[in-house]
Amino acid sequence: MYIYRYDSTFQGLLTLVFDAYSRKAFPDHIMRESDVSLFDGDIRTVVTDNVRAQRVWNGLRKKISPSACRMLYVVWLSELHDVEMLVFRYIRKAFAGERSPELNFGDADVLETSKIYRKVAREAERMRMFVRFQKTADGIFFAPIEPLYNVLPLVVDFFTDRFADQLWVVYDIKRNYGLYYDLHKTTEIVFTQLDFDFSTGRLHDAQAAEDEKRFQNLWKSYFKSIAIKERANPRLHRQLLPKRFWRFLPEKQ
Amino acid sequence: MTDKTLEKLQTLAEAAKYDVSCASSGHTRKNNGAGLGSAQGWGICHSFAEDGRCISLLKIMLTNHCIYDCAYCINRRSNDVRRATFSVSELVDLTIEFYRRNYIEGLFLSSGVVRNPDYTMERMVRVAKDLREVHRYNGYIHLKSIPGASRELVTQAGLYADRLSVNLEIPSEENLKLLAPEKSYRSVFQPMSYIQQGALESAEERRKHRAAPRFAPAGQSTQLIVGATPDTDNRILHLSSELYNRPTMKRVYYSGYIPVNTYDSRLPALATPPLVRENRLYQADWLLRFYAFKVDEIVSDKHPNLDLEIDPKLSYALRHPEIFPIDVNCADYEMILRVPGIGVKSAKLIIAARRYGRLTSSQLSKIGVVMKRARYFITCRELPVFTIQEAKPDMLRKLFLSPATQRSLKMAGQLSLF
Ligand code: SF4
Repeated sequence: MYIYRYDSTFQGLLTLVFDAYSRKAFPDHIMRESDVSLFDGDIRTVVTDNVRAQRVWNGLRKKISPSACRMLYVVWLSELHDVEMLVFRYIRKAFAGERSPELNFGDADVLETSKIYRKVAREAERMRMFVRFQKTADGIFFAPIEPLYNVLPLVVDFFTDRFADQLWVVYDIKRNYGLYYDLHKTTEIVFTQLDFDFSTGRLHDAQAAEDEKRFQNLWKSYFKSIAIKERANPRLHRQLLPKRFWRFLPEKQ
Repeated sequence: MTDKTLEKLQTLAEAAKYDVSCASSGHTRKNNGAGLGSAQGWGICHSFAEDGRCISLLKIMLTNHCIYDCAYCINRRSNDVRRATFSVSELVDLTIEFYRRNYIEGLFLSSGVVRNPDYTMERMVRVAKDLREVHRYNGYIHLKSIPGASRELVTQAGLYADRLSVNLEIPSEENLKLLAPEKSYRSVFQPMSYIQQGALESAEERRKHRAAPRFAPAGQSTQLIVGATPDTDNRILHLSSELYNRPTMKRVYYSGYIPVNTYDSRLPALATPPLVRENRLYQADWLLRFYAFKVDEIVSDKHPNLDLEIDPKLSYALRHPEIFPIDVNCADYEMILRVPGIGVKSAKLIIAARRYGRLTSSQLSKIGVVMKRARYFITCRELPVFTIQEAKPDMLRKLFLSPATQRSLKMAGQLSLF
């Protein structure tokens, strides 16, 4: 039985693939940096090597389409239990076959991969939909989020392109890191101390810009006015706007 | 922005809410440099109203004062409703501040007619112009062109807006005359052709110089009210299919008539808006646009109205048992699309996946085919068990109308198609 451990980066996982192929010892289990070992046997810890990772990636791109490559990255971002093994098996199938496996939905791994991909992509889409910025007293537009999967890397470009003339922060409070745009570029940030009301997802009054409350109220009343009472459909409403987002949405306060 | 803004917003959102053509869609507007905003492919829903409808745009009227008296409209001049008017800068600020907070994809602006069509249109164009030129705003703008507005103003509007629309509202000219005597088909079709000409001319210009301005790059749309007049689905869908033949017409929206003016005897007394019919029309529209159906295959003089109990695709299949079952392992894409329970996505996946080997029914359901439905209309690797040939259309119809199906049809609401 072969057990590998990697540093929880995508480059690390690709390095692991390189390592497994050169040792001809394919993993039965892959652990993240933080996983507690349940196994007594030897654990091989892979040291991330960007050159090796790049070689695996280039090799992969010769075997499968660019969108399938991207899909593997997105699936990995799900951070689901054992997702590394799924990605690994997919990569093996890609390297083994003549033809790319990407459309072979008769294969359980291919199908599972595409299912997870859809879930993660959907969560990223929900960030584009439901992120709500609150303007702080320093003029920064701040949005806390709590996505099911680690989707910030998938929405950087969207927010950077769209909000190019304002300072903003989108912060994943579950994974404790965020994106900060300074009018030139977007970088990752970690707040050592994040002082805002986690239970309501709101900035404290003193932190918020003077007119912030006013726009939240305007939006809230717009939201109320636009619904057609004759067509009320609370079930559909809840299905489309899941409860877990409500605390970040001024219109649902 | 003043203290009155909140009240105006309420009034003018209420006034605008019956207009359903809110989807912002269809093209990409890149943020060129340091401005605000972008428009990306299919517009994003930023929230869902309590009626389950997508909130993508700030859908609002500039004013709900109106000199006209259209029978089906809540803002008609003879109604005693609260009236309000935004100033241009007030509405521009509101749009920008909402956009900056990621509440909206953009602005969908309509207006009642004050003084005359051109006066009104001119103010709407000013909103769009200020957004683009003063605020360097690249988000989505949809302007509802005022029937009867001049060519110059429609042309200007096209330079700032992503999409323009003129609502036809009533599916036949004689009924429009009856309900909105001050309007005519001409007053609607004229701006429609201005938009079309503007777009075609701009496309021509842009072939010559790439920097030539774009004109309403997301095309135009229109809306038809359903159930306010005796017009049949046959009439409505033929009209839609004609409209779709126009080069820039992107969407026809259907709006189940909500009896806002119950006192007007020219209108039918409806207990509830015809939501199921509206949904069926959207499904039929979908068949026209994405499923390669011809309008005569969906409705005809013999079948002037869509079946309310089953969707139009299933209804077509039951009327044409002779073309089924279809072998998914060798049939053409267009034929596979005709199978109830198979959507565009699963049809494409079938075509892709069958190159790896013949598909079984369990693979089909993994791909996303609704086997509960499709099984009666296809054969796959296994031998056909019980298809429409054995079951007969009438029996299938009953089967699909089992209580569970009926419930799910009701639940399906307006968003899920097939
Ligand atoms: S012109 Fe428009 S706003 Fe005025 S009454 Fe007719 S439909 Fe209503």
